[in-house]
Amino acid sequence: MSTTSNTQPRITSVAEVKAALGDRLVDSFHKEDLWLRVRTDAWKSSMQTLRDAVGFHYFCFLSAIDWMPSPYGRGEDDPTEPAPERDTTIRQGYAGGETRMQVFARVTNPVTHVSVVVKVDVPDDSLTIESIHDVYAGANWHERETHEMFGIKFDGHPDLRNMYLPIDFEGFPLRKDFPLLARMVKPWPGIVDVEPLPGGEIGEGEES
Amino acid sequence: MTVILAEIPYWGQSLLRVLGGLVAVLLPAGTIVYVFLFKMMSFMQSRLGPMEAGPYGSMQLFAEVGKWLQKEDIVPDRADARIFKMAPIIVLVSTFLLVAVVPFGPDAWFTDFETGIFYALAVSSISVLGILIAGWSSANKYSLLGGLRAAGQLIAYELPMVLAVIGVVIQAGTMNLQKIVVAQNSGSMFGIDAVGHPYVISQFIGFIIFMIAIQAELTQAPFDMPIAESELVSGYMTEYSGFRFLIFFIGEFATAGVFAMIASVLFLGGWGVPFAWFGWTSIDDIDNWMNFAGPLIMFTKMMLLVFIIMWIRFSYPRLREDQLQRFAWKGLIPVALGNIAVTSILKVVF
Amino acid sequence: MTMLGDRQQLSYIASQAADARLNLELETEGMTLNIGPQHPATHGTLRIIARLDGEQVVWAEPACGYMHRGYEKLTEVRTYPQVTTLVNRIDWLGSFANEVPFILAAEKLMGVEAPTRAQYIRTILFELSRIANVSLFLGDLGVQLGAITPVFLAFRDREYVLNLIESATGGRFHPNFDRIGGLKDDLPAGWIDETRAVMKKLRGFCDQIEDLLFGNEIFQSRTRGIGVIPRDVALQYGLSGANLRASGVDWDLRRDHQLPMAWNKADWKVWTHPDGDSFARCWIRLQETRESTKIVDQLLGSIPAGPVMAKVPKIIKVPEGEAWVSTENPLGEMGYYVVSRGDLGPFRVKIRSASFNNISITPWLLRGVYVPDIVTILASLYFILGDIDR
Repeated sequence: MSTTSNTQPRITSVAEVKAALGDRLVDSFHKEDLWLRVRTDAWKSSMQTLRDAVGFHYFCFLSAIDWMPSPYGRGEDDPTEPAPERDTTIRQGYAGGETRMQVFARVTNPVTHVSVVVKVDVPDDSLTIESIHDVYAGANWHERETHEMFGIKFDGHPDLRNMYLPIDFEGFPLRKDFPLLARMVKPWPGIVDVEPLPGGEIGEGEES
Repeated sequence: MTVILAEIPYWGQSLLRVLGGLVAVLLPAGTIVYVFLFKMMSFMQSRLGPMEAGPYGSMQLFAEVGKWLQKEDIVPDRADARIFKMAPIIVLVSTFLLVAVVPFGPDAWFTDFETGIFYALAVSSISVLGILIAGWSSANKYSLLGGLRAAGQLIAYELPMVLAVIGVVIQAGTMNLQKIVVAQNSGSMFGIDAVGHPYVISQFIGFIIFMIAIQAELTQAPFDMPIAESELVSGYMTEYSGFRFLIFFIGEFATAGVFAMIASVLFLGGWGVPFAWFGWTSIDDIDNWMNFAGPLIMFTKMMLLVFIIMWIRFSYPRLREDQLQRFAWKGLIPVALGNIAVTSILKVVF
Repeated sequence: MTMLGDRQQLSYIASQAADARLNLELETEGMTLNIGPQHPATHGTLRIIARLDGEQVVWAEPACGYMHRGYEKLTEVRTYPQVTTLVNRIDWLGSFANEVPFILAAEKLMGVEAPTRAQYIRTILFELSRIANVSLFLGDLGVQLGAITPVFLAFRDREYVLNLIESATGGRFHPNFDRIGGLKDDLPAGWIDETRAVMKKLRGFCDQIEDLLFGNEIFQSRTRGIGVIPRDVALQYGLSGANLRASGVDWDLRRDHQLPMAWNKADWKVWTHPDGDSFARCWIRLQETRESTKIVDQLLGSIPAGPVMAKVPKIIKVPEGEAWVSTENPLGEMGYYVVSRGDLGPFRVKIRSASFNNISITPWLLRGVYVPDIVTILASLYFILGDIDR
């Protein structure tokens, strides 16, 4: 069984969602799931529309992605040697994008069980977007977490205090250019592990 | 009355009574802790309980006492140290004061008080004072909440307890505990004197109210809000350690024992057996052996009542503070008042 | 105006001052109570800062982060098979269930599907970890409300389930048994009969708890009408699992998501409750434990033969793409948003854990309740600290 057997309601909703968002929708991507990208200045109003007009009442999560590949790679470098040059070209995922940081949220219609992932570009200079905590009350904590981990500011959020980190912590841990210090001081040997699979020859001899 | 103590000098009698008082408080407390808290609770919860110290863990309590005595006696920095240290003693003293009026046999009593039950109810409230100052002087918010809850609860349940006792006092026509025992065992119900006249039958409502009230006075579940490990982290006892905690601990179960003794005196005929069995008519006829059998009978009845208290403790969840107060003021007190009214009418009619 | 003598004036001032002091004393100040980080009601290291007026909560705010382990960052430097070790420790009472959505997400990106037998075994182990998790909840619920006996019964019967998980996977708490494309191993011999016997015991345990706890008047008066969450509030805060179904939303991802698992091969029921209070949440969990035993029983009967591992390359590289898979975990909806760059490890993993959303409603929910109700509400929301902080 595959995830595509639920496509019927999804397809009807794709058109519906697109129509509801109108020109606020920048890009979309549809493959088993539905990805939307909305204009930065229409972030809150799009979410409002999705909730009220399309019926996505259930708030699943909100977070962000830093699309810049980490200059530190995967932490397997030898710390005693000079760090190798790495390609840090920013390349966005589904539904495209123009900025390094993207905020994305997932909301669901609890009646039809259709969900969408809504992405929005975060301007590189200000790193600020609107807060949607008064559209989805649950977004409050998720925005706090995103602020703390990515340094993205949410306009209109009541308090963007740290949830996890100490108040005087500097840096934004989930940004790709934030080094994972444990890996910096000591390389980790387990980056490639090949475990013999049950049944012996299964999977053997195949290239990746 | 056969006075077996007549040959012993007064100081000797006093010494005997003090020793007897210690035994009467500590022996039931230890037995309750081992039999009910360690073993019965474990069996109800499908586990074995202590098994290592002594046969079937019977020496566990001594091990625990040894452990507590070794522990450091910690007083929090901000605590009111003198009062903090005093509080457990006050709680325990109230238990010792309470046992002073409980009769254990025709001559085995500590003091023969004419207004014994009045005294007992009065001194039982001293423990509230101990708990309240323990909560206050600990300089801990949880302790403070626990202490205040305890004060509110103990005062609320003192009243139904007193009112429940009044029914017994009306029926017996006396406040002397010894005379209440005699009245129950020499009385008869509808002319049948085979079981005497234990007031648990005629004062059944009073008995139930009294048992509920002592459950609350002892802060046992479902009335254990002052302690409430899961919300107040043991309430007023939070900051106590070492032997001061031990005193609280002993005090809790000793008070359970003593309250059960008072309940058995008031409602189950105390140390006595129905006098008709041996053809006795009054307290003066009773044979001397009753002074030795009496404490055992009393102990049996006490264990029975403590069993009920503990059984409820192990199986019930905890009420909320406001529900507890509502239960006392809107439930128990009106019923107890009605009980008094009915008892006094019937007393006058018959 | 009469002139006051010095003495009179002083006594007047003194009496005024006394009045002022009295007023100050009567106007009771609030008290800030720190519940936690070490507190029996928070089963873990959650801290709740509550502003109290007497015993009433004026304002409350949970402070988490005492257990933050940075799994989202750590996944970026691990390979795909290594991530299951991390996610195992998110909800440590139902570890196996944490692995499943991640593995499913990776499989979805790779276009691999586990063999049917592996799907069945996954589902069975998933439900076993739900039972292990929720049975402890049912016992712990009693402790939070002051009844000490249920928790011992819960530990007794949970032990059987943990033994089963151990004999199948080798790990009691952290099985780490799921592999991309299937499972590490097949079931041991005799396991199926053993599991049937245990499921029978667990149903007995549910009946016992229902008699001991749910039928008790004190329990009902402590939980009914306490911490009511209306339907739309629950949805907005993203509550999931039993908390959502207790508010009357008929939504169970096991039934409503088409996942390559075996839930739809069994006949079971999704329970909902209209009340949305603490009692409803606890009751739903009790019923779900029963349904889980039924699912396990039915799947054991129809488990097909075959391999437990699909053909997957030795070194797993996941093609570029993004995938989201969530499952109905013991605590609620647990999902992973995996972004892959065709690398050995994920580019970014967003872990959506149920407790984070479930507990984010507490500032709204705790306003105006009494201190004992904080404990009831927290117990009935049922969170696990590892699941909040990740």
